[in-house]
Amino acid sequence: MGEAALFWVMAPVAVLGALGLVFSRKAVHGALCLAVTMISLALFYIAQEAPFLGVVQIVVYTGAIMMLFLFVIMLVGVDSSDSRVETIRGQRVAATLAVAGVVLLLAGVTIRATLPEEPVGLNQATPDGNVSAIADAIFGTYVWAFEIVAALLITAAVGAMTLTHRERIVAKATQKELSIKRFSEGRPGDAAGLPVPGVYARHNAVDTPALLPDGTPSEDSVNRVLIARGAARSTDEFRHHPTPADVEAAATETSFSVEGEDVAAGESDNRAGEIGTDDDASGGERA
Amino acid sequence: MNPTNYLVLSIILFSIGAAGVLIRRNALVAFMSVELMLNAANLAFVTFARMHGNLDGQIVAFFVMVVAAAEVVVGLAIIVTIFRTRRSASVDDASLLKL
Repeated sequence: MGEAALFWVMAPVAVLGALGLVFSRKAVHGALCLAVTMISLALFYIAQEAPFLGVVQIVVYTGAIMMLFLFVIMLVGVDSSDSRVETIRGQRVAATLAVAGVVLLLAGVTIRATLPEEPVGLNQATPDGNVSAIADAIFGTYVWAFEIVAALLITAAVGAMTLTHRERIVAKATQKELSIKRFSEGRPGDAAGLPVPGVYARHNAVDTPALLPDGTPSEDSVNRVLIARGAARSTDEFRHHPTPADVEAAATETSFSVEGEDVAAGESDNRAGEIGTDDDASGGERA
Repeated sequence: MNPTNYLVLSIILFSIGAAGVLIRRNALVAFMSVELMLNAANLAFVTFARMHGNLDGQIVAFFVMVVAAAEVVVGLAIIVTIFRTRRSASVDDASLLKL
Protein backbone atom coordinates (compact mmCIF):
# COMPACT_ATOMS: atom_id res chain seq x y z
CA MET A 1 0.00 0.00 0.00
CA GLY A 2 2.71 2.42 1.02
CA GLU A 3 4.79 1.36 -1.95
CA ALA A 4 1.90 1.95 -4.34
CA ALA A 5 1.40 5.43 -2.93
CA LEU A 6 5.12 6.16 -3.29
CA PHE A 7 5.11 4.88 -6.84
CA TRP A 8 2.10 6.86 -8.00
CA VAL A 9 3.42 10.04 -6.44
CA MET A 10 7.05 9.75 -7.52
CA ALA A 11 6.63 8.16 -10.96
CA PRO A 12 4.97 11.28 -12.44
CA VAL A 13 7.68 13.39 -10.82
CA ALA A 14 10.36 11.23 -12.44
CA VAL A 15 8.68 11.42 -15.85
CA LEU A 16 8.22 15.19 -15.54
CA GLY A 17 11.89 15.56 -14.66
CA ALA A 18 12.88 13.53 -17.70
CA LEU A 19 10.59 15.57 -19.95
CA GLY A 20 12.05 18.73 -18.44
CA LEU A 21 15.52 17.54 -19.42
CA VAL A 22 14.50 17.06 -23.04
CA PHE A 23 12.38 20.17 -23.44
CA SER A 24 14.20 22.76 -21.32
CA ARG A 25 15.91 25.43 -23.35
CA LYS A 26 18.89 25.86 -21.07
CA ALA A 27 21.28 23.13 -20.07
CA VAL A 28 21.21 24.17 -16.39
CA HIS A 29 17.46 23.67 -16.13
CA GLY A 30 17.84 20.30 -17.80
CA ALA A 31 20.51 19.29 -15.28
CA LEU A 32 18.28 20.24 -12.34
CA CYS A 33 15.34 18.33 -13.85
CA LEU A 34 17.57 15.28 -14.28
CA ALA A 35 18.63 15.54 -10.63
CA VAL A 36 14.95 15.37 -9.63
CA THR A 37 14.49 12.24 -11.74
CA MET A 38 17.57 10.62 -10.22
CA ILE A 39 16.44 11.31 -6.66
CA SER A 40 13.04 9.76 -7.35
CA LEU A 41 14.78 6.74 -8.88
CA ALA A 42 16.80 6.42 -5.67
CA LEU A 43 13.53 6.28 -3.74
CA PHE A 44 12.30 3.53 -6.05
CA TYR A 45 15.46 1.53 -5.43
CA ILE A 46 15.02 1.83 -1.68
CA ALA A 47 11.38 0.79 -2.00
CA GLN A 48 12.44 -2.22 -4.05
CA GLU A 49 14.67 -3.78 -1.42
CA ALA A 50 17.86 -2.20 -2.77
CA PRO A 51 18.82 0.29 -0.03
CA PHE A 52 22.51 0.11 -0.95
CA LEU A 53 21.85 1.03 -4.56
CA GLY A 54 19.47 3.77 -3.47
CA VAL A 55 22.14 5.41 -1.37
CA VAL A 56 24.77 4.91 -4.08
CA GLN A 57 22.38 6.47 -6.57
CA ILE A 58 22.09 9.61 -4.45
CA VAL A 59 25.78 9.80 -3.59
CA VAL A 60 27.21 8.96 -7.00
CA TYR A 61 24.60 10.28 -9.40
CA THR A 62 23.06 13.33 -7.78
CA GLY A 63 26.10 14.01 -5.64
CA ALA A 64 29.02 13.48 -8.00
CA ILE A 65 27.87 13.13 -11.59
CA MET A 66 25.29 15.90 -11.59
CA MET A 67 27.70 18.24 -9.84
CA LEU A 68 30.29 17.43 -12.51
CA PHE A 69 27.69 18.27 -15.13
CA LEU A 70 26.86 21.55 -13.42
CA PHE A 71 30.53 22.50 -13.23
CA VAL A 72 31.01 21.83 -16.91
CA ILE A 73 27.85 23.80 -17.72
CA MET A 74 29.36 26.70 -15.79
CA LEU A 75 32.64 26.33 -17.71
CA VAL A 76 30.95 26.10 -21.08
CA GLY A 77 28.61 29.00 -20.32
CA VAL A 78 25.41 28.85 -18.33
CA ASP A 79 23.24 30.39 -21.02
CA SER A 80 24.50 28.28 -23.90
CA SER A 81 21.01 27.45 -25.09
CA ASP A 82 20.17 25.53 -28.22
CA SER A 83 18.92 27.21 -31.30
CA ARG A 84 15.60 25.73 -32.36
CA VAL A 85 16.52 25.49 -36.02
CA GLU A 86 16.59 22.00 -37.44
CA THR A 87 19.94 21.38 -39.13
CA ILE A 88 18.99 18.05 -40.67
CA ARG A 89 15.65 18.22 -42.45
CA GLY A 90 13.04 15.88 -41.01
CA GLN A 91 15.26 14.94 -38.10
CA ARG A 92 12.63 15.55 -35.47
CA VAL A 93 9.98 13.55 -37.27
CA ALA A 94 12.40 10.69 -37.80
CA ALA A 95 13.48 10.85 -34.16
CA THR A 96 9.87 10.78 -32.97
CA LEU A 97 9.15 7.77 -35.18
CA ALA A 98 12.24 5.97 -33.92
CA VAL A 99 11.29 6.63 -30.30
CA ALA A 100 7.75 5.42 -30.97
CA GLY A 101 9.28 2.26 -32.41
CA VAL A 102 11.39 1.77 -29.28
CA VAL A 103 8.33 2.27 -27.07
CA LEU A 104 6.32 -0.24 -29.12
CA LEU A 105 9.13 -2.79 -29.03
CA LEU A 106 9.77 -2.54 -25.29
CA ALA A 107 6.09 -2.39 -24.39
CA GLY A 108 5.39 -5.39 -26.61
CA VAL A 109 8.14 -7.40 -24.92
CA THR A 110 6.91 -6.42 -21.45
CA ILE A 111 3.30 -7.26 -22.23
CA ARG A 112 4.04 -10.59 -23.91
CA ALA A 113 6.50 -11.80 -21.27
CA THR A 114 5.14 -13.94 -18.47
CA LEU A 115 6.12 -12.00 -15.39
CA PRO A 116 5.17 -12.97 -11.85
CA GLU A 117 2.24 -10.99 -10.49
CA GLU A 118 3.79 -10.77 -7.05
CA PRO A 119 7.57 -10.27 -6.75
CA VAL A 120 9.50 -13.13 -5.19
CA GLY A 121 11.37 -10.68 -3.00
CA LEU A 122 14.97 -10.82 -1.89
CA ASN A 123 14.48 -12.23 1.61
CA GLN A 124 15.70 -15.65 0.58
CA ALA A 125 18.61 -14.39 -1.53
CA THR A 126 19.85 -11.96 1.14
CA PRO A 127 19.51 -13.64 4.52
CA ASP A 128 22.05 -11.32 6.20
CA GLY A 129 20.66 -8.15 4.75
CA ASN A 130 21.14 -6.32 1.47
CA VAL A 131 24.56 -4.78 2.04
CA SER A 132 26.36 -7.93 3.19
CA ALA A 133 24.82 -9.94 0.35
CA ILE A 134 26.05 -7.36 -2.17
CA ALA A 135 29.49 -7.41 -0.53
CA ASP A 136 29.56 -11.21 -0.84
CA ALA A 137 28.68 -11.02 -4.50
CA ILE A 138 31.09 -8.20 -5.41
CA PHE A 139 34.08 -9.64 -3.57
CA GLY A 140 33.18 -13.24 -4.38
CA THR A 141 31.47 -14.05 -7.64
CA TYR A 142 32.17 -10.75 -9.32
CA VAL A 143 35.61 -10.00 -7.95
CA TRP A 144 37.20 -9.94 -11.41
CA ALA A 145 34.63 -7.52 -12.73
CA PHE A 146 35.30 -5.40 -9.66
CA GLU A 147 39.05 -5.33 -10.33
CA ILE A 148 38.54 -4.48 -13.98
CA VAL A 149 36.15 -1.68 -13.05
CA ALA A 150 38.80 -0.29 -10.70
CA ALA A 151 41.30 -0.24 -13.59
CA LEU A 152 38.65 1.42 -15.77
CA LEU A 153 38.08 4.17 -13.20
CA ILE A 154 41.80 4.93 -12.93
CA THR A 155 42.10 4.99 -16.71
CA ALA A 156 39.15 7.37 -16.94
CA ALA A 157 40.67 9.71 -14.35
CA VAL A 158 44.02 9.77 -16.15
CA GLY A 159 42.26 10.22 -19.49
CA ALA A 160 40.27 13.18 -18.23
CA MET A 161 43.41 14.82 -16.89
CA THR A 162 45.23 14.26 -20.17
CA LEU A 163 42.36 15.63 -22.22
CA THR A 164 41.88 18.79 -20.21
CA HIS A 165 45.54 19.48 -19.55
CA ARG A 166 46.85 22.54 -21.34
CA GLU A 167 50.56 22.92 -21.91
CA ARG A 168 51.92 26.39 -21.16
CA ILE A 169 53.79 27.48 -24.29
CA VAL A 170 55.09 30.85 -23.16
CA ALA A 171 56.22 31.70 -19.67
CA LYS A 172 53.70 33.42 -17.44
CA ALA A 173 54.21 37.21 -17.34
CA THR A 174 55.51 38.35 -13.99
CA GLN A 175 54.19 41.34 -12.09
CA LYS A 176 57.26 43.33 -13.08
CA GLU A 177 56.83 42.60 -16.79
CA LEU A 178 53.15 43.51 -16.61
CA SER A 179 54.02 46.80 -14.95
CA ILE A 180 56.68 47.62 -17.57
CA LYS A 181 54.14 46.80 -20.29
CA ARG A 182 51.59 49.20 -18.82
CA PHE A 183 54.11 52.04 -18.80
CA SER A 184 55.37 51.29 -22.30
CA GLU A 185 51.80 51.27 -23.61
CA GLY A 186 51.24 54.71 -22.17
CA ARG A 187 48.85 53.72 -19.44
CA PRO A 188 50.68 54.96 -16.34
CA GLY A 189 47.33 55.42 -14.62
CA ASP A 190 47.00 51.64 -14.46
CA ALA A 191 50.57 51.16 -13.28
CA ALA A 192 49.49 49.67 -9.98
CA GLY A 193 47.03 47.35 -11.71
CA LEU A 194 43.41 47.88 -12.56
CA PRO A 195 41.11 48.98 -9.76
CA VAL A 196 39.35 46.18 -7.97
CA PRO A 197 35.58 45.94 -8.48
CA GLY A 198 33.44 47.29 -5.70
CA VAL A 199 36.08 49.44 -4.04
CA TYR A 200 34.50 52.49 -2.37
CA ALA A 201 31.21 51.66 -4.05
CA ARG A 202 28.02 50.85 -2.25
CA HIS A 203 28.50 47.10 -2.81
CA ASN A 204 31.67 45.05 -3.01
CA ALA A 205 30.24 42.53 -5.46
CA VAL A 206 32.30 41.77 -8.58
CA ASP A 207 29.63 43.23 -10.85
CA THR A 208 29.89 46.65 -9.23
CA PRO A 209 32.37 49.09 -10.75
CA ALA A 210 34.90 50.63 -8.39
CA LEU A 211 34.61 54.31 -7.58
CA LEU A 212 37.75 56.21 -8.39
CA PRO A 213 39.00 58.84 -5.92
CA ASP A 214 37.14 61.53 -7.84
CA GLY A 215 33.91 59.58 -7.43
CA THR A 216 33.51 58.43 -11.02
CA PRO A 217 32.84 54.75 -11.52
CA SER A 218 35.63 52.88 -13.33
CA GLU A 219 34.53 50.60 -16.13
CA ASP A 220 37.95 48.92 -16.21
CA SER A 221 37.43 47.45 -12.78
CA VAL A 222 34.70 45.05 -13.87
CA ASN A 223 35.61 41.76 -15.49
CA ARG A 224 35.27 41.89 -19.28
CA VAL A 225 33.40 38.58 -19.33
CA LEU A 226 30.69 40.00 -17.09
CA ILE A 227 30.31 43.03 -19.32
CA ALA A 228 30.12 40.85 -22.44
CA ARG A 229 27.40 38.72 -20.86
CA GLY A 230 25.51 41.82 -19.77
CA ALA A 231 25.75 40.70 -16.16
CA ALA A 232 27.62 43.75 -14.89
CA ARG A 233 25.87 46.75 -13.45
CA SER A 234 26.12 49.81 -15.62
CA THR A 235 28.48 52.54 -14.52
CA ASP A 236 25.68 55.12 -14.81
CA GLU A 237 23.97 53.53 -11.85
CA PHE A 238 26.88 54.49 -9.64
CA ARG A 239 27.70 57.87 -11.07
CA HIS A 240 27.15 60.44 -8.37
CA HIS A 241 24.73 63.20 -9.21
CA PRO A 242 25.28 65.91 -6.60
CA THR A 243 22.14 67.35 -5.10
CA PRO A 244 21.99 71.09 -4.35
CA ALA A 245 22.62 70.25 -0.70
CA ASP A 246 25.83 68.45 -1.64
CA VAL A 247 27.04 71.38 -3.69
CA GLU A 248 26.29 73.73 -0.82
CA ALA A 249 28.06 71.50 1.66
CA ALA A 250 31.05 71.22 -0.61
CA ALA A 251 31.15 74.94 -1.10
CA THR A 252 31.22 75.60 2.64
CA GLU A 253 33.95 73.06 3.21
CA THR A 254 36.27 74.13 0.44
CA SER A 255 37.88 76.33 3.02
CA PHE A 256 39.30 73.20 4.67
CA SER A 257 40.49 71.57 1.54
CA VAL A 258 40.43 72.07 -2.17
CA GLU A 259 39.80 68.36 -2.74
CA GLY A 260 36.69 68.42 -0.60
CA GLU A 261 34.36 68.52 -3.56
CA ASP A 262 35.93 65.49 -5.17
CA VAL A 263 35.55 63.37 -2.10
CA ALA A 264 31.99 64.52 -1.65
CA ALA A 265 31.20 63.17 -5.07
CA GLY A 266 32.32 59.73 -3.96
CA GLU A 267 30.13 59.56 -0.89
CA SER A 268 26.40 59.20 -1.12
CA ASP A 269 25.65 60.72 2.27
CA ASN A 270 26.57 64.18 3.45
CA ARG A 271 29.83 63.25 5.10
CA ALA A 272 31.56 65.35 2.48
CA GLY A 273 34.99 66.75 2.70
CA GLU A 274 36.14 65.01 5.83
CA ILE A 275 39.46 63.93 4.42
CA GLY A 276 40.68 62.46 7.65
CA THR A 277 37.71 60.15 8.20
CA ASP A 278 37.32 59.12 4.60
CA ASP A 279 38.97 55.73 5.05
CA ASP A 280 36.81 54.87 8.03
CA ALA A 281 33.64 55.77 6.20
CA SER A 282 34.36 53.63 3.17
CA GLY A 283 35.54 50.79 5.36
CA GLY A 284 32.28 50.83 7.21
CA GLU A 285 30.33 50.70 4.01
CA ARG A 286 32.24 47.75 2.71
CA ALA A 287 31.76 45.71 5.86
CA MET B 1 1.78 -3.70 -6.17
CA ASN B 2 2.53 -5.33 -9.48
CA PRO B 3 6.25 -4.79 -10.23
CA THR B 4 5.46 -4.43 -13.94
CA ASN B 5 4.61 -0.80 -13.15
CA TYR B 6 8.30 -0.18 -12.52
CA LEU B 7 9.14 -1.75 -15.86
CA VAL B 8 6.67 0.54 -17.62
CA LEU B 9 8.20 3.55 -15.89
CA SER B 10 11.62 2.33 -16.94
CA ILE B 11 10.45 2.06 -20.56
CA ILE B 12 9.03 5.59 -20.45
CA LEU B 13 12.23 7.06 -19.01
CA PHE B 14 14.38 5.15 -21.50
CA SER B 15 12.32 6.42 -24.43
CA ILE B 16 12.44 10.00 -23.20
CA GLY B 17 16.21 9.70 -22.89
CA ALA B 18 16.46 8.28 -26.41
CA ALA B 19 14.34 11.15 -27.72
CA GLY B 20 16.67 13.61 -25.96
CA VAL B 21 19.76 12.06 -27.55
CA LEU B 22 18.15 12.19 -30.99
CA ILE B 23 16.60 15.65 -30.82
CA ARG B 24 18.81 17.88 -28.72
CA ARG B 25 22.01 19.25 -30.21
CA ASN B 26 23.65 20.64 -27.12
CA ALA B 27 26.31 18.06 -26.34
CA LEU B 28 25.73 18.39 -22.60
CA VAL B 29 22.00 17.79 -22.84
CA ALA B 30 22.50 14.83 -25.17
CA PHE B 31 24.98 13.44 -22.69
CA MET B 32 22.58 13.88 -19.79
CA SER B 33 19.96 12.05 -21.84
CA VAL B 34 22.38 9.11 -22.13
CA GLU B 35 22.63 9.17 -18.34
CA LEU B 36 18.85 9.07 -18.15
CA MET B 37 18.79 5.98 -20.38
CA LEU B 38 21.37 4.27 -18.16
CA ASN B 39 19.29 5.09 -15.10
CA ALA B 40 16.17 3.67 -16.71
CA ALA B 41 18.03 0.45 -17.47
CA ASN B 42 19.19 0.33 -13.84
CA LEU B 43 15.61 0.63 -12.65
CA ALA B 44 14.70 -2.35 -14.84
CA PHE B 45 17.63 -4.34 -13.41
CA VAL B 46 16.61 -3.61 -9.82
CA THR B 47 12.99 -4.46 -10.58
CA PHE B 48 13.92 -7.78 -12.17
CA ALA B 49 16.20 -8.62 -9.25
CA ARG B 50 13.30 -8.23 -6.87
CA MET B 51 10.82 -9.90 -9.20
CA HIS B 52 12.86 -13.08 -9.47
CA GLY B 53 14.45 -13.04 -6.02
CA ASN B 54 17.96 -12.92 -7.50
CA LEU B 55 20.54 -10.40 -6.31
CA ASP B 56 22.57 -10.42 -9.54
CA GLY B 57 20.41 -7.68 -11.03
CA GLN B 58 21.44 -5.29 -8.28
CA ILE B 59 25.11 -6.15 -8.81
CA VAL B 60 24.83 -5.41 -12.51
CA ALA B 61 23.09 -2.11 -11.72
CA PHE B 62 25.98 -1.27 -9.40
CA PHE B 63 28.53 -1.93 -12.13
CA VAL B 64 26.49 0.12 -14.58
CA MET B 65 26.70 3.04 -12.14
CA VAL B 66 30.48 2.72 -11.88
CA VAL B 67 30.94 2.53 -15.64
CA ALA B 68 28.58 5.51 -16.04
CA ALA B 69 30.74 7.52 -13.65
CA ALA B 70 33.88 6.72 -15.69
CA GLU B 71 32.04 7.52 -18.91
CA VAL B 72 30.87 10.88 -17.58
CA VAL B 73 34.38 11.86 -16.57
CA VAL B 74 35.85 11.15 -20.00
CA GLY B 75 32.85 12.50 -21.90
CA LEU B 76 32.82 15.79 -20.05
CA ALA B 77 36.58 16.14 -20.56
CA ILE B 78 36.03 15.69 -24.30
CA ILE B 79 33.22 18.26 -24.29
CA VAL B 80 35.42 20.76 -22.44
CA THR B 81 38.29 20.17 -24.88
CA ILE B 82 36.03 20.65 -27.90
CA PHE B 83 34.53 23.77 -26.36
CA ARG B 84 38.00 25.18 -25.79
CA THR B 85 39.03 24.80 -29.41
CA ARG B 86 35.72 25.46 -31.16
CA ARG B 87 33.92 27.72 -28.66
CA SER B 88 30.76 25.70 -29.03
CA ALA B 89 28.96 22.92 -27.17
CA SER B 90 26.81 21.95 -30.11
CA VAL B 91 27.26 18.49 -31.58
CA ASP B 92 26.82 19.92 -35.07
CA ASP B 93 29.99 22.00 -34.86
CA ALA B 94 32.30 19.06 -34.17
CA SER B 95 32.47 18.01 -37.81
CA LEU B 96 36.17 18.25 -38.49
CA LEU B 97 36.43 14.65 -39.69
CA LYS B 98 33.68 15.14 -42.27
CA LEU B 99 34.66 15.49 -45.92
